[in-house]
Amino acid sequence: MSAAPILKIAGLQAKVADEVELGILKGVDLEIKPGEIHAIMGPNGSGKSTLAKVLAGHPGYEPTDGSVTFAGEDLLEMEPDERSLAGIFLAFQYPVDIPGVSIANFLRTAVQARQPEGEDLDIFEFSDHLTERMEMLEMDVSFAERHVNDGFSGGEKKRNEILQMAMLKPRLAVMDETDSGLDIDALQIVAKGVNKLTEEDPEMSILLITHYQRLLNFIKPDFVHVMVNGRIARSGGPEVAIALEEEGYKTYEGQEAPSTNGSAPAA
Amino acid sequence: MPQNETIQDLDLDEYKYGFVTEGKPVFRAEKGLSEEVVRQISAHKEEPEWMLDFRLKALKVYESKPMPTWGGDLSDLEKVLSEIYFYVRPQDRMQHSWDDVPEEIKDTFEKLGIPEAERKILAGVGAQYESEMVYHSLREEWSNQGVIFDSIEDGLKNHPELFREHFGTVIPTHDNKFAAMNSAVWSGGSFVYIPKGVSLNTPLQAYFRVNQERMGQFERTLIIVDEGAHAHYIEGCTAPVYSTESFHSGVIEIIVKKNARFRYTTIQNWSNNMYNLVTQRATVAEGGHMEWLDGNLGSKLTMKYPSCYLMGEGAHGEILSIAYSGDGQHQDTGGKVVHVAPYTTSSIVSKSISKGHGRSTYRGLCKVYEGAHHARSNVECDALLINDTSRTDTYPYIEIEENDANVGHEASVSKIGEEQLFYLTSRGIPEEEAMAMIVRGFIEPIAKELPLEYAVELNRLIELEMEGSVG
Ligand SMILES: Nc1ncnc2c1ncn2[C@@H]1O[C@H](COP(=O)(O)OP(=O)(O)O)[C@@H](O)[C@H]1O
Ligand SMILES: [Mg+2]
Repeated sequence: MSAAPILKIAGLQAKVADEVELGILKGVDLEIKPGEIHAIMGPNGSGKSTLAKVLAGHPGYEPTDGSVTFAGEDLLEMEPDERSLAGIFLAFQYPVDIPGVSIANFLRTAVQARQPEGEDLDIFEFSDHLTERMEMLEMDVSFAERHVNDGFSGGEKKRNEILQMAMLKPRLAVMDETDSGLDIDALQIVAKGVNKLTEEDPEMSILLITHYQRLLNFIKPDFVHVMVNGRIARSGGPEVAIALEEEGYKTYEGQEAPSTNGSAPAA
Repeated sequence: MPQNETIQDLDLDEYKYGFVTEGKPVFRAEKGLSEEVVRQISAHKEEPEWMLDFRLKALKVYESKPMPTWGGDLSDLEKVLSEIYFYVRPQDRMQHSWDDVPEEIKDTFEKLGIPEAERKILAGVGAQYESEMVYHSLREEWSNQGVIFDSIEDGLKNHPELFREHFGTVIPTHDNKFAAMNSAVWSGGSFVYIPKGVSLNTPLQAYFRVNQERMGQFERTLIIVDEGAHAHYIEGCTAPVYSTESFHSGVIEIIVKKNARFRYTTIQNWSNNMYNLVTQRATVAEGGHMEWLDGNLGSKLTMKYPSCYLMGEGAHGEILSIAYSGDGQHQDTGGKVVHVAPYTTSSIVSKSISKGHGRSTYRGLCKVYEGAHHARSNVECDALLINDTSRTDTYPYIEIEENDANVGHEASVSKIGEEQLFYLTSRGIPEEEAMAMIVRGFIEPIAKELPLEYAVELNRLIELEMEGSVG
């Protein structure tokens, strides 16, 4: 593929916003082209979720060095809502409760935000579309009236994330451990849904963050990266994931990443 | 047990059970309020002798009671009271012009999309509300069923016995300083009687009451719901009430008789120079059912604790309240439930939102008398803080004399979380809209009980209030 990357991360470093030290990302490089599926694997605490949240613009993290370009624009300059409108979607590892706000209302507002200035969403079209998406994910339509994540089981939360993704049609979906908390049946339904979306839009890219090889049996990645201690320690094809499954992460312990931009980890 | 006692016998005034004040009585007669003024009001309304006596006695009680210090800050109030007119004839009140209404208020009307004619009424400048065809047919239907829906003045004139039998029985003059003040100078308000077994499907709206003051500064409302009757009464609206006066002190008395059901809904949004001190209370007889749905926005200080006195076996009382305090505002609100009889049940759900330097206080009383066995009560109060500068306090008073009673209390305070905002904005929803969404979600359990048009207005108002809250 020779297309320009949709996402280009170069030498990205980030820390917790209010802390002086606590560098978490220590120089991440990653390029994703339209239509590619990348997986990031790595031990707990290696910085995977932090990378996902920095991409979506979480105010709790502050990029300190490096750059992120999305569709040719400086992503780090954009507010979270602008990033979403530009085509970034984050499926949360831990989706947040919004009591009193129905899924239908929430999604209607999010879809409305994508309408051209001054144009109102066609409410009937929207609700047909929502019903169709819910059927695709084998969700009961009554689910749309439930309050966002309020009292949901782990599996319901994850499925709700994918429903949002299906409604908002991102150019790049970052899926943070969508597989955890899903039983095998639910995992297959979710994977089928995601594959359907990539069929509908072959240009859509996916960054799958996962702990386990399991999900990668259903959503086949083009590239697999291993993240260790705030850096990408290894990149390759699907064979990297297979090797990890057998060997675990211990081969990476204590290993310094092949630093491309030469910036040393802080303190 | 005191099942057949009157409210007076219960001796449950605000100064007991936590609503306690300390401090010396006020001896100085207010410049604005005097015996002369009270006599004038009564004479102007051509009242019977007993009402003049009632007013004069109330004035004495008012003067003897100290300014309460247990609630919001009333330290400025004496000054305010010395400058106000305690009685303004309706025709004089209506004479400001549309041009005098502050831009800010006009702007809000505009944004809320309120029709021109209605705006003028709300701003206190219009002529009388144009009576609508709908209203005429409703009115006819009601009067065929024997329903009385009048101004309080007409109630006294046209139904003297019914009026006298109930007036002042639910909220005795000595109940609290402001109830006493209202008893001395009341003017405007509604008189409602729903006859035995009559069930109204359409809510009675104070709006519909033509040819009278809609909402006085010292409004007084008396509602009698006779045995087995069902009705819903709505007062106020979500548009800000603009008033040149800075003081409002109402008294609302409701009598729910055996097996009757009644709901009283108020949504009020005062301009923020206003002291709003209201006493509203219902007595509920055997098998009766009373609900207060109370929304308070705006004002400088609101002190308002709708209450239900459950006097008969199996009576049920419910209080749902929403308070919103913006910068420089203090909502000191809550509810009181008093269980006098066995098998009585009650619930209080209170939600407050404080933004900027706004402050909300929940103050509630649950009292169970000995003999009110199998009484059950549940209180839930939740506060939402929008900014770090917002403040909330909770004062739940619980007093139980009966062993066989079940009283629960839950309180929560939450701040609009960074995580919630991030979640919504990460879906493309702008931050202000995301905030409004969280706030609307927070009050949803109560807002869904409102008639649709009120819920819609309330939601729009919250959106307006959230403008400029980001940053
Ligand atoms: N808000 C935060 N405050 C302090 N430490 C944090 C914060 N967020 C993440 N960390 C730390 O950064 C490291 C990476 O976390 P995270 O990105 O969640 O890892 P992963 O998703 O790979 O398990 C962990 O050591 C975690 O404790
Ligand atoms: Mg994680």
